[in-house]
Amino acid sequence: MRYVPRLMQPPEPASGRYGPYGGRYVAETLMPALDELTQAYQESQRDPAFQAELDVLLHQYAGRETPTYFASRLSEEIGCRIWLKREDLCHTGAHKVNNTLGQILLAKRMGKTRIIAETGAGQHGVATATACALMGLPCEVYMGAEDVRRQAPNVRRMELLGAQVHSVTSGSSTLKDAMNEALRDWVTNVRTTHYCVGSVAGPHPYPVIVRDFQAVIGQEARAQMLEQAGKLPDAVVACVGGGSNAMGIFAGFIDDESVRLIGVEAAGEGIETGHHAAPLCAGGVGVLHGAKSYVLQTADGQIVEAHSISAGLDYPGVGPEHAWLKDTGRATYGSVTDDAALDAFQQLCRTEGIIPALETSHAFAYLPTVAKALGPDADILVCLSGRGDKDLETVLEKLEERG
Amino acid sequence: MGRIADAFENARKENRAALVIYLCAGDPNLSTTADLVVAAAEAGADVIELGVPFSDPTADGPAIQRAAERALRGGTTLCGVLETVRAIRARTDVPILLFGYYNPILAYGEHKLADDAADSGADGFLVVNLPPEESAGLREPAVGKGLDFVPLVAPTSNSERIAQAAAAATSFIYYVSMTGVTGSKAVDLASASERAGALQRELGCPIAIGFGVKTKDDVATVAPHVDGVVVGSAVVRTIEDAATPEEAVASVRELVAGLTQGLNRQ
Repeated sequence: MRYVPRLMQPPEPASGRYGPYGGRYVAETLMPALDELTQAYQESQRDPAFQAELDVLLHQYAGRETPTYFASRLSEEIGCRIWLKREDLCHTGAHKVNNTLGQILLAKRMGKTRIIAETGAGQHGVATATACALMGLPCEVYMGAEDVRRQAPNVRRMELLGAQVHSVTSGSSTLKDAMNEALRDWVTNVRTTHYCVGSVAGPHPYPVIVRDFQAVIGQEARAQMLEQAGKLPDAVVACVGGGSNAMGIFAGFIDDESVRLIGVEAAGEGIETGHHAAPLCAGGVGVLHGAKSYVLQTADGQIVEAHSISAGLDYPGVGPEHAWLKDTGRATYGSVTDDAALDAFQQLCRTEGIIPALETSHAFAYLPTVAKALGPDADILVCLSGRGDKDLETVLEKLEERG
Repeated sequence: MGRIADAFENARKENRAALVIYLCAGDPNLSTTADLVVAAAEAGADVIELGVPFSDPTADGPAIQRAAERALRGGTTLCGVLETVRAIRARTDVPILLFGYYNPILAYGEHKLADDAADSGADGFLVVNLPPEESAGLREPAVGKGLDFVPLVAPTSNSERIAQAAAAATSFIYYVSMTGVTGSKAVDLASASERAGALQRELGCPIAIGFGVKTKDDVATVAPHVDGVVVGSAVVRTIEDAATPEEAVASVRELVAGLTQGLNRQ
């Protein structure tokens, strides 16, 4: 199939609000930078040269378009037709590169000379370091010390790509704290530095920018489903941490009312234990990292540490557009435990010869629930957001524990 | 006019800048916080910024982050901070500005907080991650209760944003001396003070400078230019270094007394 260029996104309302969610809850120092970024982004969206340059990078460098694949053996086990959008085949092994190529190109256009990023699983860090190497910009990545340990291969990758990795030891030493440190860096170096946010979270305009750069997933998948299945899917399923791969694939189907949009959060050790990373399913409304959305918090509004086997989902917040999709009922959200994700991880390896990321495994673990609700004739499209090589150590350790 | 504006006015009459001291409520515990507020006031602090601890203080450097962590480990809540303000009010009239992040305020309820803060004897709010665009929900009930709402101006603020801040100010504007987090080093205080001084003359609204002001000499650099000077991380570090709560109170009293030596304008 011929490469399909990305569609131009409609302009966003200036407020950056999704119903009551979103907004800009940041220090005054950063407000002008967010205005500048909003303006530069809108200009880039209207500039065919920018769009063309990004399309060439996505096509020739990142390997788009990615295939949609009918997973017949998995379909048999699950009991309905399962289609996989293969973002794991993107350069760097995950969907994250769609966003970083766009943002680093934008940063260059804005004349920024330094890039910072936060990372959880390391996939966004690797994708940022990759785009920075490609475009010749210095890159510093903040990563929680706990994640540096869990995702060691990705730390090595970032370093090979020329990035400097800062191990963050404050708070819970995971993604939330990495994001705190990146914000502290940005407030200090805001004049020269672009903060390359990796998810559809953070203050406006980041949720819009990241969604738009990831929307290519859903746009391609929609065309591919029509061509290969001859119909739209009955449901689209994706894992949700901050929610960028989910927003990206949902974006292609949001106006198709017949398509159910289903996000899967990490239930960690179980929602009832309190050790989870499922703010949409079990959190409340709050403000974290610049936006109003669902967060994990105490009754006093202190942010609670998240728990997930998957570093990329180990975050107590979620993008504000997901909060709005949940409240309006356009999307629904479920959760699966660490154990269920591990089982699904092994199932995909065994049935399809694909090693998925632990993040992605959460989407697969929810498929039996979706299949049960929709019946055997349903076509379900899953966003296979990333490959799992980075998780081998964690998985083998856990499997050994299980015995 | 509220107590905070009065404090700035009194300092101006004495031909000096007002000294604003930041304390993190609940570090090391709330009863010591009350003693620290009283000691700082007795030693010459004109206004107290009472920090409400938050788990993710993204505008703060390591010193205030650690203070907030200690306070939260000790079980400090916004409710407890208000009770402490009420207790302090039996001992001193020093103006108290509640200083913090938005999420604990949102969880408490903005209208309820405005009511309860006014009732406890607090004088106003400064919320670091609540720019004018997002602040109406707290600002309106607070101002309705006679409380101050202190806006921030940063080195990156353009004239439009500065005008917005000036329009929202009820007592003073907090001028962030540099791009950075609290307690950072190597700030060019002299030129920041000159810029802030020019802005104060232009706007006709008192300005206090914070971020990176640590010593009596720093205070002396700022004082000729603007009506207020804020010292935070240096106070918090003094408390952190103290072996006992009593020692913390004595050390803060001494520190504040020393800082007042830099306030006079010749």
